[in-house]
Amino acid sequence: MASAVVGYSRDMHLPTARGPLTEELFAALRSGSEDFFTVLAAAPTATGDDAALALWALHELQYRGFAEVDDALEWEPQLLRVRSVLERDLEARLRSRFTPPQGLSFAEDFFGWVDEQDGVSLARHVHRDADREQVEELLRVRSVYHLKEADPVAWLVPRLGVRAKAALVELQYDEYGGGDPNRLHHHLFELGLAASGLDASYGAHVDLTPLEVLEQNNALSMLGLHRRLRGAALGHLAAFEATSSLPSRRMAQGLERLGFAPEMVAYYAEHVEADAVHEQLAVRTIVGALLEEEPELEEDVWFGAFTCLDLEDRFARTMLARWGVGEEQVA
Amino acid sequence: MSTPGFDHPDIVLCPGGPMLLRGKHVVEDAEGGRHETTRPVTAVCRCDRSQSFPWCDGTHKVLPEKLRPA
Ligand code: FES
Ligand SMILES: [Fe+2]
Ligand SMILES: [Fe+2]
Repeated sequence: MASAVVGYSRDMHLPTARGPLTEELFAALRSGSEDFFTVLAAAPTATGDDAALALWALHELQYRGFAEVDDALEWEPQLLRVRSVLERDLEARLRSRFTPPQGLSFAEDFFGWVDEQDGVSLARHVHRDADREQVEELLRVRSVYHLKEADPVAWLVPRLGVRAKAALVELQYDEYGGGDPNRLHHHLFELGLAASGLDASYGAHVDLTPLEVLEQNNALSMLGLHRRLRGAALGHLAAFEATSSLPSRRMAQGLERLGFAPEMVAYYAEHVEADAVHEQLAVRTIVGALLEEEPELEEDVWFGAFTCLDLEDRFARTMLARWGVGEEQVA
Repeated sequence: MSTPGFDHPDIVLCPGGPMLLRGKHVVEDAEGGRHETTRPVTAVCRCDRSQSFPWCDGTHKVLPEKLRPA
């Protein structure tokens, strides 16, 4: 059953552990202990789902926290140490997949470059072939990000120069409904889930998520939370917005085909138009201003953009494999 | 007397793409239909092929070069 939509919840619970690090970490977070040395000891050797889930939970302490965890642990030095061990590993893995494009200028060549990346598209599958169960699963795992949509980017605001800051807030204002809570994007997603009979509470579906979804969320939070990575964070934003309006149209039509609630369709319909604006703002005014103010960040902007598309492609392949759908069907 | 300031135009023509329009406006289409903007910045279609006309829906990006607006 869908939970009541109240627009605010502080009742997220710790998810199920996925290995030795998350076992240690979640037990320590629950116990109210002030000693996290066993967690710290387990961090450097943690891998895969276990490492990703631990990092996701540590980042969530910075957003809304967990019902059973003391809010003061947000700034607990040993936990921050664990987070930084995991983030260093994540950043190194993401950077090792990236080759800076040669001879391209961000302002002129970005849209063309995005076009050429050509990853696998889940929206194509939803548009034509997916069944209701697959789409429900997709909405559930996407909810881990969409229920805090735009929030990871909000961390960036104080770290930018005057022009980039004003430009970013112009875009974010629209993500947050232009001051109208009824139009705030992550709330629209919440309404869509609830109307579709899916649990709309924050963090409800984390146990279902594949590694790739945790890594998408971890990358976004890491880029947002580190001032050093502001260029990559805005590159990620530009790539995200530039690959949204056409796929959102396919999502909206696929949801209609399957008879989903109008509220769920409306979330995607809103993103057809909103992101046709946002992609222009992100590329031209936000990153444009950033690179005039701080040209040395250009390579990191490309790194963030590549990371966004690369993570989405890996996520899409994982979901298609779960469903037994051939990649050539949705290329 | 003008104070030196940053560029912040009300209208921006995006090469190959839409026209960005800042603020509240009513746009009249070719049939006389009136469309009110609802967001701080709106993208108005210039390629004539948007399914959300008069608003841009990103369709310009899949058009061959010569069909894209200048
Ligand atoms: S200008 Fe974007 S769809 Fe026409
Ligand atoms: Fe959005
Ligand atoms: Fe957006």
